Amino acid sequence: MSMNRPFTREQRTTVVYGMLAFILILVILQLWLLVATMNAYLGGDERVIWPAAGASIFCLLLNAGLLRYLYKLEHVKR
Amino acid sequence: MTDDPAQSNAPSAQVDERLSSPAREGLTGTTPADAYSPPHDPEQITRAPDGRPMDRQPQWRRDFPIDWPQDHYVARRDFAKFLCLTSLAFAAGQVWIGFQNIWRHHRGAPPVAKIGTLSALPVGGTLVFRYPGPHDDCILVRTAQEKLVAYSQKCTHLSCAVIPDPAKGVIRCPCHEGLFDLNTGRNIAGPPPRPLPRIDISIRGDEIYATGVERRTI
Repeated sequence: MSMNRPFTREQRTTVVYGMLAFILILVILQLWLLVATMNAYLGGDERVIWPAAGASIFCLLLNAGLLRYLYKLEHVKR
Repeated sequence: MTDDPAQSNAPSAQVDERLSSPAREGLTGTTPADAYSPPHDPEQITRAPDGRPMDRQPQWRRDFPIDWPQDHYVARRDFAKFLCLTSLAFAAGQVWIGFQNIWRHHRGAPPVAKIGTLSALPVGGTLVFRYPGPHDDCILVRTAQEKLVAYSQKCTHLSCAVIPDPAKGVIRCPCHEGLFDLNTGRNIAGPPPRPLPRIDISIRGDEIYATGVERRTI
């Protein structure tokens, strides 16, 4: 029989550390995408604009999923 | 009270209702009602002045805990939330660039505009003109008898006004010592990330016309 025990604060802090690592990587990737896309747009190269926007939105959705899990972690009945 | 076990189940020996009330959670009256469900989270070291548990405290008190373990947790959790907000801003920026690009197409091709005359521009001479808009400064340089080059005057680094130096064959940005090649407009030194946008020109008789803008990444 499995037991779903709520995480202790120490465990939740560890989970948040792991999420932070993922979120940081994704946000840095988005920053790089934004700078590269802006450079391409100002240089007249239009091919990359919408694919880069799609990639950035995908990163945002991943981050939103992690944020949702964070809220879920917070509001689990202890 | 009798010590005889046989008489302990007698109606007269039943538990006092005041002690067995729902408020006492069915305990016998000798144990505190909260013995098995303490009102405070055992992980919460901080005790609020009003004595209520932390989850019933105002938001500001929960956001600024006093004890270190909770402070570490809250700080990292809020940083993660802030990064997600940053992620949203970056994605919005990407979409904004996309709409700017649509708007640029919507405006159409720049107009053809007369910018000067050949006779007024000696070899090695330069001319500043505005094209395609009234705030878009450009430079025209006559590098040889039959050769004219024209570029946007805004440096591709931080939009400082660039200065042509026909004697050295370069265009220099005085702000951060960026250098562009005069013949091609390519960035050859310093921080500028892209070549200068080239202005297409055509000569009709003695008159010089600007006909378009060519933006380049390399």
